[in-house]
Amino acid sequence: MENGQLKVWREQEKVPDLLAVPEYIPGGYTASTVSEKISGLVLKRPTGVGWLGGFGLSCLLLAIFGMAVLWLLVFGVGIWGIQIPNCWGFDITNFVWWIGIGHAGTLISAFLLLMHQRWRTSINRIAEAMTIFAVMCAGLFPLLHLGRPWFFYWLLPYPNTMALWPQFRSPLVFDVFAVGTYFTVSLLFWYMGMIPDLATLRDRATSRLPRIAFAALALGWRNSARHWHRYEQAYLLLAGLGTPLVISVHSVVSSDFASSIEPAWHETVFPPYFVAGAIFSGFAMVILLCIPIRHFYRLQEFITIDHLDVMGKLLLATSFLTSYGYLSEQFVSWYGGETAERYVYWWRLFGFEQYASITWFLFFCNTIVPQLLWSRRMRRRVSVLAVVSLLVLVGMWFERYMIITTTLSRDYLPSSWGFFKPTIWDILTFVGSLGIFFTAFLLFARVLPVMSMAETRALLPGAHGPEVGR
Amino acid sequence: MMHEDAPSSPFPANDEYDRRRFLRLMAASLAMAGVGGCSVQPAPPEQIIPYVHQPGEVTPGKPSFYATSMTFGGSSVGLLVESRTGRPIKIEGNPNHPASLGATDPFHQASILTLYDPERAKTVTRLGMTRTWDEALSEITRAIRDQQGAAGSARLLSETIVSPTLGVQIQAFLKAVPGTKWHVYEPIHRDLARRAQQLAFGRAVDIVYNFSKADVVLSLESDFLQCGLGNLRYASDFMNRRRVRTGLRDTASARMNRLYVIETGVSATGVKADHRLAVRAREVERLARSIAARLGVVKESQQDLHYDKWVSAAAKDLQMHQGRSLVVAGERQSKEVHLLAYALNESLGNVGRTLHYIDPVDLQPAERTGSLVELVADMKQGCVSVLIMLGGNPAYTAPADLNFAEYLQKVPLSVHHSLALNETSYRSHWHLPESHYLEAWGDGRAYDGTASLVQPLIEPLYSSRSAIEVVAAIGQALSTPGRELVRDYWRQYWQEHRRGESFRQFWERSLHDGVIAGTASKPSEVKLKDGWQRHLSKSLSEQHEDRASELDLVFQPDPTVWDGSWATNAWLQELPKPLTKICWGNAAMMSPDTARRLGIAAGAYAHGGERGGYHMPLVELAVNGRTVHAPTWILPGLADQTVVVYLGNGRESPLAKGEWPWAVGFNAYPLRTTDRPWVAAGLRVSQLDGSEVIACTQCLYSMKDREPVKSYTLSQYRQKDLPAHHSEMERALEESLYEPFQYPPPQHKWGMIIDVSTCVGCHACVVACQAENNIPVVGKREVAFGRSMHWLRIDRYLSESADQYGACYHFQPVPCMHCEHAPCEYVCPVAATVHSADGLNDMIYNRCVGTRFCSNNCPYKVRRFNFFAYADFDTPVRRLQYNPEVTVRSRGVMEKCTYCVQRIRRAEVDSQIRRRPLRDAEILTACQAACPVDAIVFGDLNNQHSKVARWKQQPHHYGLLAELNTQPRTTYLAELRNPNPELPG
Repeated sequence: MENGQLKVWREQEKVPDLLAVPEYIPGGYTASTVSEKISGLVLKRPTGVGWLGGFGLSCLLLAIFGMAVLWLLVFGVGIWGIQIPNCWGFDITNFVWWIGIGHAGTLISAFLLLMHQRWRTSINRIAEAMTIFAVMCAGLFPLLHLGRPWFFYWLLPYPNTMALWPQFRSPLVFDVFAVGTYFTVSLLFWYMGMIPDLATLRDRATSRLPRIAFAALALGWRNSARHWHRYEQAYLLLAGLGTPLVISVHSVVSSDFASSIEPAWHETVFPPYFVAGAIFSGFAMVILLCIPIRHFYRLQEFITIDHLDVMGKLLLATSFLTSYGYLSEQFVSWYGGETAERYVYWWRLFGFEQYASITWFLFFCNTIVPQLLWSRRMRRRVSVLAVVSLLVLVGMWFERYMIITTTLSRDYLPSSWGFFKPTIWDILTFVGSLGIFFTAFLLFARVLPVMSMAETRALLPGAHGPEVGR
Repeated sequence: MMHEDAPSSPFPANDEYDRRRFLRLMAASLAMAGVGGCSVQPAPPEQIIPYVHQPGEVTPGKPSFYATSMTFGGSSVGLLVESRTGRPIKIEGNPNHPASLGATDPFHQASILTLYDPERAKTVTRLGMTRTWDEALSEITRAIRDQQGAAGSARLLSETIVSPTLGVQIQAFLKAVPGTKWHVYEPIHRDLARRAQQLAFGRAVDIVYNFSKADVVLSLESDFLQCGLGNLRYASDFMNRRRVRTGLRDTASARMNRLYVIETGVSATGVKADHRLAVRAREVERLARSIAARLGVVKESQQDLHYDKWVSAAAKDLQMHQGRSLVVAGERQSKEVHLLAYALNESLGNVGRTLHYIDPVDLQPAERTGSLVELVADMKQGCVSVLIMLGGNPAYTAPADLNFAEYLQKVPLSVHHSLALNETSYRSHWHLPESHYLEAWGDGRAYDGTASLVQPLIEPLYSSRSAIEVVAAIGQALSTPGRELVRDYWRQYWQEHRRGESFRQFWERSLHDGVIAGTASKPSEVKLKDGWQRHLSKSLSEQHEDRASELDLVFQPDPTVWDGSWATNAWLQELPKPLTKICWGNAAMMSPDTARRLGIAAGAYAHGGERGGYHMPLVELAVNGRTVHAPTWILPGLADQTVVVYLGNGRESPLAKGEWPWAVGFNAYPLRTTDRPWVAAGLRVSQLDGSEVIACTQCLYSMKDREPVKSYTLSQYRQKDLPAHHSEMERALEESLYEPFQYPPPQHKWGMIIDVSTCVGCHACVVACQAENNIPVVGKREVAFGRSMHWLRIDRYLSESADQYGACYHFQPVPCMHCEHAPCEYVCPVAATVHSADGLNDMIYNRCVGTRFCSNNCPYKVRRFNFFAYADFDTPVRRLQYNPEVTVRSRGVMEKCTYCVQRIRRAEVDSQIRRRPLRDAEILTACQAACPVDAIVFGDLNNQHSKVARWKQQPHHYGLLAELNTQPRTTYLAELRNPNPELPG
């Protein structure tokens, strides 16, 4: 296994030497310098102006979100552009988009772990944190989109005097379970993976407060062999649990649409198509977050250009999967010959200018732009990767927007055709949700280790440390 | 008896109507509204007779029904009003009344809201200051007495009056004060018909049609199915002849009448026509004349017609149905067209068979415009010293060239008596608050002369009086209550027509039945005068040719706010106009061709898109130097080179600042002059910069290849050439993932069938539904956002095969389908919408959290969401109207048609108490009860003998979108038309 793995990695690097130890971390780091470097980011590095500026901006967005939510709670969902027939607009678009982004974390940490992709070590912490925060944002939208959000708990199965349960046939109830489970597992996975590092921080902390905080968070980790043994077992278990969730969550989310009878929602292709799209946007977000982190924290030797290169390839692959979804939809709608469905697809492409331009724009973002990544030169250029990732994120947002709005505005009876146009509150709520994400992420990057020290040490040449997943 | 000073300045100074003053008034009014709401008396002190129960039997929680009648547009229609612990809350038609037969129109339905309108006038005012009735009456009577012998005289200006008691009072007033004159004006008048009657018969008559005996009907722009006298009865009679229920086997026996329509606008009658011709206004006469020529009524030859084939086919059809046909001329047609219609009916032998003439029901059948012209001329010369206006709003509706509003301010003493302050009230010295018909005693006569009484359902909410009381008080200084005046009149009638019952019996029976038996007018013998042809215009074709490129402006009453008198009624403002589906406003409507020629571009989406409206370009309409700015609208089916505008919009806001919700649309009256009340030729249209939002609930006309309305011809039906809708649905029944619901026979299985053949799109059902189910009004902005709340909507489609029979539009009422496999039910995460044991798709408001997934997943889009808190919880007087059996929904909750579940449950409880099974047709849903043409039937599908089960067996029965296997419980009967085989498409 090790050889095969090595072979793949080396081939990518175009180094034919099969016996050499793979050099995941260039730059001659040792176990202690790795720990020094990464823990130093938390413990020693002064809080810079750049971070403060970014944090301030994020807080501003967060305040906008707070205001938008307050307005929403006071006046009702009517402040948004939703109407009959477009009862969903930005709200569910944002939900699906955020939850899609949340996919990459668990995919990278659990899926790639089980696949023995050891290069994941450099980025898994970032990806997992991103997952947690993205799912937090995602979870807010179904809650806020309710006409009466204060009764959100009626979607939970809890014993009550009315002897009423949720209606289990509803995909929205599946959502509650799927997203809830996913969030719980992701959070545990993230936290558990961090325990050895928290212990390292505890040991290295010089001032009192961080020491106490990290000591509490490290749950008494002493780095003993028994600890490591149990830790690896638990980690594997969680990885095993997390992996199917990567597939299931977005499949369930897609059933919000696929289980309906609306034209161009009622599609069997939706679950795989949604999962592919989710991973696609998730990778784009990981790339977009890695690039500034490796730049500002000078982690180029940890998150190497090779890492970016591999993620670029994955982006290209998932772009193909997603594009296959587009193609399959178009074909099936034509082949199926159902009037209403055919019309929706036709209308998406050639109908009303604003919607059609969105459709073509998202094809451009999600299918055409990633083709740049065929070129190794492009994959290894940070700026190109950043722009491609950004466009993919935008494109994926518009994809969900298109799916939701075009179907609802053109369903079966032409008498009830309508049109969704966002109001300022739709836009502010969405922009504000970016504030939640970036505020949380910047805090994470400041107070917690952005990379796994323990796992990175194990990657060093000659290390005999834990090899998680073997 | 008089002890006051003379009126100070006769001229109301304009600066007195400032903002502060208005705010003061409004504050007082609102406070009064609250007081009024608190002090509602459970019942008036006089004895009134409930329809079913004996008086005094007011059981809380149980409705009682009282018969009364409402006069509108010059005729009276009998109603039954549902009262709950002293509050009238819902209006139904009176089945005993010949003009109603149990049906109502949107105005009747909405009139209940006017009763509880917080903007109603609450006290007597003089120049805006609160006064008492005594002060008002003493000043008015003194002024009238003082002017006797002087140059000026007192004048009475009223709308059409069909109340015998009021007539007697007015006559007494005219007699008591010599020199007084009675003028009558209302903007939607029958002047041209009256003029034609003078020429044809030498006197005014009313025409009573009998559509139930007519096999072939030719309408010359008469919208008899929708508006005008007797419209509800006519629609019912007419549609009785189009309802095909032969069953599967006997299709060959199906029979239908046939309707030809020649019109300029698009009317409900035109929509239901088998053959419709859209022609310019002046061509109607030419075509009528051509038909008359072919039937030998006039002697001339007209061979150069475009419509030769059409005309000869129609003429032949009429010829073949002598005595069983009918020619109906619309009120907006010229006197020549009316003359031709009278002559055609006479020569076809229809008089006495399918129509008869009666003496006018109208107590003052003079020409309206002439009457007003005379009054204004006198006002101009200063001959009018006191002007008493009973109802109406002449300052707003009078022909523009009369400058009525200006001269009104020159009258030394003007008095306006109306429900609410309007443009005329603000320009008068005194305003007297009028009692709503549900608060007052009165009487009225229907289109055929049948008299009925008006009995109050509630003590007047404010210090108001009825017209009868006001005229009696002014004319004869009588302070007799209205009830006595009405009783006195009918006592006299009873003395003359005594039929062996006491007056008390007669009175109580008349009140109970809502109809005074035997009062229908006898046919009067009138003969067409010789030489009537002399009054036809000479050479039509010439004047026609040289004006071919000119544009015509056609005025029509608004289908929902009429002449403007209903413009402050929120239900009617929000009610989509049947063809355009525009609400809250009007537009200059034109055909697509005309729009193209004028370079009018299609608008941009308003917020809600096709279900919200467009930003439509503004144009300037100019006729003879008078101009008006109006947004445009494109309505296929209108005659080319014609712009149609609805009157009654653009009411003047009484507020100096701020938004008056009723000031929507544009006012077309400034373009309307005395000589051209309906059609003004020589219109110039010029585009302006800018646009205006038009709120429209269905902007698209096309069915987009989906055929939600299926339409067949009678011959297809007879030959069973219909797709097998039935078997399609049966097959679908077999496939489901879930256990099917079971309804073993003692259980009910409710179902509804809607016959799109007979639906005339009057929208009475929509308002009835709104009244019954406490459906909120959302206002223009929200409608333009696509958030109108009507549970029942009427879809209007333009057939792709528009030119085939010339019948291009279809109406399709769409309530909730109560699907057996309801797509809404399985997606609701909290089980807020569930299947009931009798097959209803129930909506549980309290459980709803508002995910809106149910609406997204409803292929019929019948669900409505409270995006904001739309319901009015705050206005006390408004709350009086709410149906206590229906929850008033708050923000964030989904709602939809319930099949009037409260009526079902009430009937079930009643039947259990009486220990008898429910009878078929015992439960009428609100929409069904209002429908004049019985297009909606509701009942138990488990009962093989129920009407709904029988309709389901018809070959043209189909389910809307049944191919989705939703198994809709509301289903449809396809539209059938009866085109003339000689006129292929």
